[in-house]
Amino acid sequence: MKRSWLPAIITFGVILFLFAPLVVLVVNSFNASRFGGEWEGFTWNWYIKLWSAGEVWESLWITLKIALSASLAAMVLGTLAAYALHRFRSWLQNVHHMLITLPLVMPDILMGMSLLALFVLTGVETGLLTIWIAHVTFCLSFVTMVVLGRLQDFDFTLLDAARDLGATQAKAVKKVLLPLLLPGVLAGGLLAFTLSIDDYVITFFVSGPGTTTLPLRVASMMKTSRSLPMINALSTLLIASTFLFAALSSRLQRRV
Amino acid sequence: MYRPILCMDDFLVIDHVSKTFGAQRAVDDVSLTVAQGEAFSLLGPSGCGKTTLLRMIAGFERPDSGRILVGGQDITALPPELRPVNTVFQNYALFPHLSVWDNIAFGLRMSRRPREEIRSGVDRMLELVRLSEHARKRPTQLSGGQRQRVAIARALVNRPQVLLLDEPLAALDLKLRQHMLMELNAIHEQVGTTFIYVTHDQGEAMSLSDRIAVMNAGKVEQVDSPEHLYEAPRTSFVASFIGDANFFTGVAVELQHEGYVRVLVDGLGSPLVLSNGAVSANQTLRLMVRPEKISLTLTRPPSGERVNAFRGVVEDMAYFGSHTRYRIRAGEHSILAQMQRSRFSGGDIDPARGAEVWMSFHPDEGRVVRLEGAA
Repeated sequence: MKRSWLPAIITFGVILFLFAPLVVLVVNSFNASRFGGEWEGFTWNWYIKLWSAGEVWESLWITLKIALSASLAAMVLGTLAAYALHRFRSWLQNVHHMLITLPLVMPDILMGMSLLALFVLTGVETGLLTIWIAHVTFCLSFVTMVVLGRLQDFDFTLLDAARDLGATQAKAVKKVLLPLLLPGVLAGGLLAFTLSIDDYVITFFVSGPGTTTLPLRVASMMKTSRSLPMINALSTLLIASTFLFAALSSRLQRRV
Repeated sequence: MYRPILCMDDFLVIDHVSKTFGAQRAVDDVSLTVAQGEAFSLLGPSGCGKTTLLRMIAGFERPDSGRILVGGQDITALPPELRPVNTVFQNYALFPHLSVWDNIAFGLRMSRRPREEIRSGVDRMLELVRLSEHARKRPTQLSGGQRQRVAIARALVNRPQVLLLDEPLAALDLKLRQHMLMELNAIHEQVGTTFIYVTHDQGEAMSLSDRIAVMNAGKVEQVDSPEHLYEAPRTSFVASFIGDANFFTGVAVELQHEGYVRVLVDGLGSPLVLSNGAVSANQTLRLMVRPEKISLTLTRPPSGERVNAFRGVVEDMAYFGSHTRYRIRAGEHSILAQMQRSRFSGGDIDPARGAEVWMSFHPDEGRVVRLEGAA
């Protein structure tokens, strides 16, 4: 039977639709033209300019600090939450489950506004700490969901077996449960990390003076056409590192 | 050092143990003793309490009342990690993130044995279960039978005083099961540890154990050797659970000498004579006879005082190669009979469907069993 060309054409169309903007962006980051309307020759110029734009690197540093610490905190809390949700059944856990999944479905703008309202009410000054709290809040949900999925595949007789072989409860968790959950915890952490890095909406509400994260910085740079090509160069670097992380994450998830 | 003087027959003692889950009495006042080095089975249908009893011996469940002793030591209150007992789990529960070698070494590492002792212990076990060349593999790379042998090695390397095996053959296919039966018996003989099997398969229990406790609804119905359970079941539950059985209900009409009793059964022409004495006249009895104890003939067997003979019509038959099974109607009774002789071998009987036959059995082959529900 002759195979139809239609699926191939549709697939190619979708890929084009998804990645054409990225290709334009990457190409333009090497375009000598400032506005990117037409190709005016290859240049490293924008990368060199970006290198000396201190405020961009400062924002990147803030973003990385928050992403790393927030995803680490979410990994610990999310794993504990997932364990509690999986092991115990009660009305309290039902409420817990609902609260954990809420940030996944709640619009970011609502979450940002309500967090800001809370911080204003309690008199907490917006800054690094408030951004970190906000990021832990939504990262927690993602880590919990990933770890919960892993726990559903976990055979709890393995813990019985460990205790049968002389391990205390704590030893059984350390030697059997945690090693088997680790790929899920790491995958959840990576997901949280990437989400934290590019969050704009929530961070916009809870950031303060001197805590401009990279997405906020890029948005403000967009206002001046002078720095537009620099954003292209920065975005190209971000695309490269995102692909790297995504590849790493899926490798971890595939491992048993 | 104080060493309790032990009666070898009371190595594992289950002393009036009960366990209730919600409204269900899973284990109901069970008392058992198992001798050192014995291969013992807990046999019963699912939900009879055998697994709960096993989990209480292992320490995963705490009895509501009663005591469990191993080698004279009361272990009722000990957590699983402190018990001189190891378990081979039904699905093996091997650690998927550890190699075969590390799986077996797990218990020795937990008890902080010296490195050299761990190495020699694990290697010795690998040899016992013939898996030395698979030491570096992960459990997922092994076949079902190999996984089970790892599970046995992982438990035995700790030199437990009692080894618990939860449905050890249930996860294997038929061919492998028969092979592992022999293998388990060989391992038991070699290490001499007390083995406690839990199984719902009477064939497995019979070929694996020295003695079997048949359980039903949380209680032990009978504890005996496989031969005794088969030949002399005390209750109709045991009789029907172990092998096939024909049951009759009748009234004792005459107590004869040497412990024989004549019983009148509704729907059978002549009264049956059976051995097994402890009954009184006019008592209602339940009788049991195994299908293979019944002989089929086309003509009336030579009559004698010690032969029970009655007539019936063949309803159905099935050829099994080594034997043929017949379902025969006699009045209101539907009787199962089994003949070694194949119907093609040209014996003295080749009954067809609808043929009238004579069934007979010797009084010693029939048993009086306890009426269902009677104590």
